[in-house]
Amino acid sequence: MPLLEITNLRKDFRSPAGGVHPVVRIPRFTLGGEEQVALRGESGSGKTTFLNLIAGILKPDSGSLVLAGREMSAMGEPERDSLRAGTIGYIFQTFNLLQGHTALENVLLGMSFGPGEDRAHAAALLRRVGLGDRLHHRPRELSTGQQQRVAVARALAARPKLVLADEPTGNLDQVRSREALALIREACRENGAALLLVSHDPGVLGEFEDVRDFRTLNQATPEAAQ
Amino acid sequence: MTLFRLVAKSLRQHALSTSITALSIALATGLWLSVWVVKTQAQATFTSVSAGFDAVLGARGSGLQLVLNAVFHLESSPGNLPYSDFEEIQRDGRVALAVPLAVGDNFQGYRLVGTTPELFEKAEYAPARRFRASPGGRLFDPARREAVVGSFAARRLGLKVGDSFHPFHGLLYDERSQHSETYVVVGILEPSNTPADRVIWIPLAGLQQMSGHDPKAAADISAVLVKLRSPIAGRQMETLYNKQGTRLTFAWPIGTLIAQLFDKIGWFEKVLALVSYLVALVAAGSVLASIYNSMNERRREIAILRALGARRRTLFSCVVLEAVAISALGVLAGGVVYAGLMTGVARIIQAQTGVVLNPFAPAPVMLWAPLGMLALGALAGVIPAIKAYRTDVASNLVPSS
Repeated sequence: MPLLEITNLRKDFRSPAGGVHPVVRIPRFTLGGEEQVALRGESGSGKTTFLNLIAGILKPDSGSLVLAGREMSAMGEPERDSLRAGTIGYIFQTFNLLQGHTALENVLLGMSFGPGEDRAHAAALLRRVGLGDRLHHRPRELSTGQQQRVAVARALAARPKLVLADEPTGNLDQVRSREALALIREACRENGAALLLVSHDPGVLGEFEDVRDFRTLNQATPEAAQ
Repeated sequence: MTLFRLVAKSLRQHALSTSITALSIALATGLWLSVWVVKTQAQATFTSVSAGFDAVLGARGSGLQLVLNAVFHLESSPGNLPYSDFEEIQRDGRVALAVPLAVGDNFQGYRLVGTTPELFEKAEYAPARRFRASPGGRLFDPARREAVVGSFAARRLGLKVGDSFHPFHGLLYDERSQHSETYVVVGILEPSNTPADRVIWIPLAGLQQMSGHDPKAAADISAVLVKLRSPIAGRQMETLYNKQGTRLTFAWPIGTLIAQLFDKIGWFEKVLALVSYLVALVAAGSVLASIYNSMNERRREIAILRALGARRRTLFSCVVLEAVAISALGVLAGGVVYAGLMTGVARIIQAQTGVVLNPFAPAPVMLWAPLGMLALGALAGVIPAIKAYRTDVASNLVPSS
């Protein structure tokens, strides 16, 4: 049984004027446990919305979304929040670290709402991504690459089954981008987590064996997805 | 744990607005407590001050004025009465003790009161407590120009045993109206925390016969302090002097008359209470404004926390807890504001009336005012908390691809 199984997933956005704009129409999508898949797609194609649906941040209008054996589309928001906190790690393009918190505290937040805080595990993760000497530094005291590594550690903090990465290297130069990507993939493998990454960067996509085209996958028109 | 850390971080991140808001809470708490404590303690203390007597006999006029003049040593006397009135009430079988008083002079603004040694020897200003001279001093000899000075007046005037002074005419200090007589301080009274501490006590005859006073009134007195044998006697004598007589006023009971004074100035207390409630509301409003204004910059942070799995109600609690934390900081600082304010107020009241308030005596308001302030703070946090609750995650986790 796949870790993630999506069937006829549909999400529309409604404009203030009352118009309905289809954004996501995914007839079928599956992802196995520990599988690493890249989704290719242009900006504004609805990839983030797709990831937000998988993360349970958004609720689908219709269709089925089964994650780790649980049907998410039937869940209320608090249940989706709990599932997200314990099952999904999320890496963002802009890292989304909390500026007032240290690297260690940011990683702790990754487990606070799920399995609970484990300082030793958080520190070990930061050491694993090469930030053992930066535990108590705040994001603004870290380089862009270091901030991304904190974000990777945070995404893995709750020992998730699935890591979602939304253009995770979009803010990095080519060299750092390659390093960050290698780190994400390696860390996911070490932690037994599946990885679903979206990007439009050919350099990033070229690193994956399994690259799927989001335009083919998503039957909503690109214009509608804007 | 996470909740408290998030709140602590937020308070630190918004340290300036946190401090200013907490300060406004502190002022509100201090003011609220002060108004309430002054109101309740002043009323309780003033109505219990009687110098050990039940009533005051004086010239026809206001009973309250008589009490203020003879017991609190404030106000002027409504007039004199002949010494024979004192002798008559002293002989009355219903009277346990009668002590005559004469006023009309001062020393540098502190009132001279002429009386007899019975005031010190027989009257108990509190149960089993009599006015006594401090070690090294003694009570005055009624036949000599000697003075016993209340502890507060002695401290303020710098008078000590062996010092001498010339009294001044009138109740208000005027350096041009000095009497020629010289009085010697023979004793300083032990502190009694009553209006007697603000008075310079001299023999009755000394004040009556001071140079420059009207010789025709040399035997008159200003009032008689009266201790009754029973409460029924008070009712009977009130009828005798106030209803059947037309020349004198029998001010009884002293506590009730002072309570009437507080009733008369009740509107002022209400205004003060209203002001303190308004200040508390404004302070709660400042908590609301300070957190609410920061919500825009915190939308992204809230969205990140939600993306990490935080529930809406967790973030709602977080904001309310932050409001409570700011209020708690303010309430703690409010204790300092209260201590400062009340120390000053208690000093002023003591200087003006001799009555000593104890601002630090436990009182229910010390529990419910801080709790009330915390509840107001929590309530003020609800509106920004709703905003946090409603924050949309997807649209605040920019950029999207």
